[in-house]
Amino acid sequence: MLKHAQFPLYALALALFAFAPELVSPYHLSLLGRFLAFAILALGLTLVWGYGGILSLGQGVFFGLGGYCLAMHLKLAALPPGEIPDFMQWSGLTQLPWFWAPFRNPYFALAALFLVPALLAAGLAWLVFHRRVGGVYFALITQALALALSTFVISQQPYTGGFNGLTDFSSFLGFTLTDPSTQRLLYWLTLAVLALAFAFCSWLVRSNFGKLLTAIRDGENRVRFLGYNPTPYKVAVFALGALLAGLAGALFTLHVGVISPALIGVVPSIEMIIWVAVGGRASLAGAVLGTLIVNFGKDWISSAMPDLWLIVMGLLFILVVTALPGGLTGLGASLRRPVPAFRFPFRFPERKPSSAPTVSIVAPEAEDLP
Amino acid sequence: MTAPLLEVRDLTVSFDGFKAIDGLSLSILPRSVRVLIGPNGAGKSTLLDTIIGRVRPAQGHIVFQGRDITRTPEYEIVQLGICRKFQAPGILDSLSVFENLALAARHHRPWWSFFRFGLEADLTERVEEILDLIHLRDKRDAPARSLAHGQKQWLEIGMVVASDADLLLLDEPAAGMSHAEVEQTAALVKRLSARHSLIVIDHDMTFVAQLDAPVSVLHMGRLLKEGSLDEVRSDPQVASVYLGRVEEDALGRA
Repeated sequence: MLKHAQFPLYALALALFAFAPELVSPYHLSLLGRFLAFAILALGLTLVWGYGGILSLGQGVFFGLGGYCLAMHLKLAALPPGEIPDFMQWSGLTQLPWFWAPFRNPYFALAALFLVPALLAAGLAWLVFHRRVGGVYFALITQALALALSTFVISQQPYTGGFNGLTDFSSFLGFTLTDPSTQRLLYWLTLAVLALAFAFCSWLVRSNFGKLLTAIRDGENRVRFLGYNPTPYKVAVFALGALLAGLAGALFTLHVGVISPALIGVVPSIEMIIWVAVGGRASLAGAVLGTLIVNFGKDWISSAMPDLWLIVMGLLFILVVTALPGGLTGLGASLRRPVPAFRFPFRFPERKPSSAPTVSIVAPEAEDLP
Repeated sequence: MTAPLLEVRDLTVSFDGFKAIDGLSLSILPRSVRVLIGPNGAGKSTLLDTIIGRVRPAQGHIVFQGRDITRTPEYEIVQLGICRKFQAPGILDSLSVFENLALAARHHRPWWSFFRFGLEADLTERVEEILDLIHLRDKRDAPARSLAHGQKQWLEIGMVVASDADLLLLDEPAAGMSHAEVEQTAALVKRLSARHSLIVIDHDMTFVAQLDAPVSVLHMGRLLKEGSLDEVRSDPQVASVYLGRVEEDALGRA
């Protein structure tokens, strides 16, 4: 459960966010809504990367799948009966493709946005982890997947809407999406989902599963020689991370009214890592905080100087990895450590055994451990 | 005659043609201690690696409680009842001392029990006992990374005991320990032999002498000599193997 000392703090934060519609402009509220959706994904990434030690450079894939599953329904729901989406007509299709048909049913779409990302993630993770491949190789595989999916979606214009993605939605389950009251409801829905996901993740990391996950991160081989097969646990946490990413993608699609390949490729996937790294990768509260800070920062910087953001993002990543391995929530611990002597910045730091928490970006390879 | 708990039959392990273990046979009786000694590269650690499935042999068989485990996955070997302490302490840094022991103790619990908090009552009792056994009672909730080296060694011995395996493999349990700690470790090993079988590797002959158990000398992947420490020590072949190596003078000095 939540630690008692932190509970009033979380309650206060939740109350503050709940009153946000009264406190901030509609523009900022809409930003906050979509960033809270991102934070749901960041919670999943914290479980996968911070606790499980599995670096995923392809969370955008699962975000996108969740988004597309819901968007397919929204697109169909906005059509008069018997018609097919506009981009299909332009591409010369006369009939709805078979895999689109079930998405007429909103409940099918709701189930799919959970199941499609989770099952794809579980399948991929099992194929890789049961062969005992991991670490950097898994990160590269997920990045390749992000590239492959975004390229595939763009190339299949008649079936996916191509580069423009899916947009022009009108209503969902009877709610008109453009209505300001619906926008508020959607904000509160996002906040509620985030709060539930937060509580669930807090519970999970303190359970025996969470302890085992931390143990697998610190010494996968040791855990194996204590009588555990790590593969099912790694697969489970990766699938859970993907499920949360899919949920975030669906909420994001409702907020913004569009899902497109630009939102799910390699660059967005790396940005997601940065949210979590900035907040502190092994802290759930840090994941939410980092997501909000980085995204509001991005909005602020890109509206002032559009070209600057990519550079700032790169610098931020370097700063966090080199100077603040625990992110903002690990700031206290980073400051308490003795200040290292000045080192020339272009030389590799010497590797010294230290008692500080493991700071490598990916979990140590099995061979490192006895 | 009692059936052996573990039987190593004509085992050969080769690394790119180099035979780390060469036609070795060995058997371990229930509730007994066996000490393995030998110069560096004699194949002691490789033998333990092969028993727990970390290394697969080119030839031969390993039979545990009548079951051939030569090709069994590592985690299943542990579940059958063999657990190993590694040479460099293999503890889980981020978990507390208690959590390390709890993890080792509950490996046979079903997967759904992992979605609960804490340790089951029956296992808690056992883990608390082990905390006393390994002298880490006052470090119960400290993170494992904060322990001193000797305490890390003890924690890992504790984890191996907590797994409740019938056969415990201890690779250099007394390495890097102070004089007093070595004595305590020897006493601990003797206490454990009331309930478990143990195979112990160590270079420290004072420690080996305190164990007062049969010794097997390994050399170039083969069994050179078996017997009590005194018998082994007075064997001219053993002496020449050790004296032939400058860095291994431990036997003569002890």
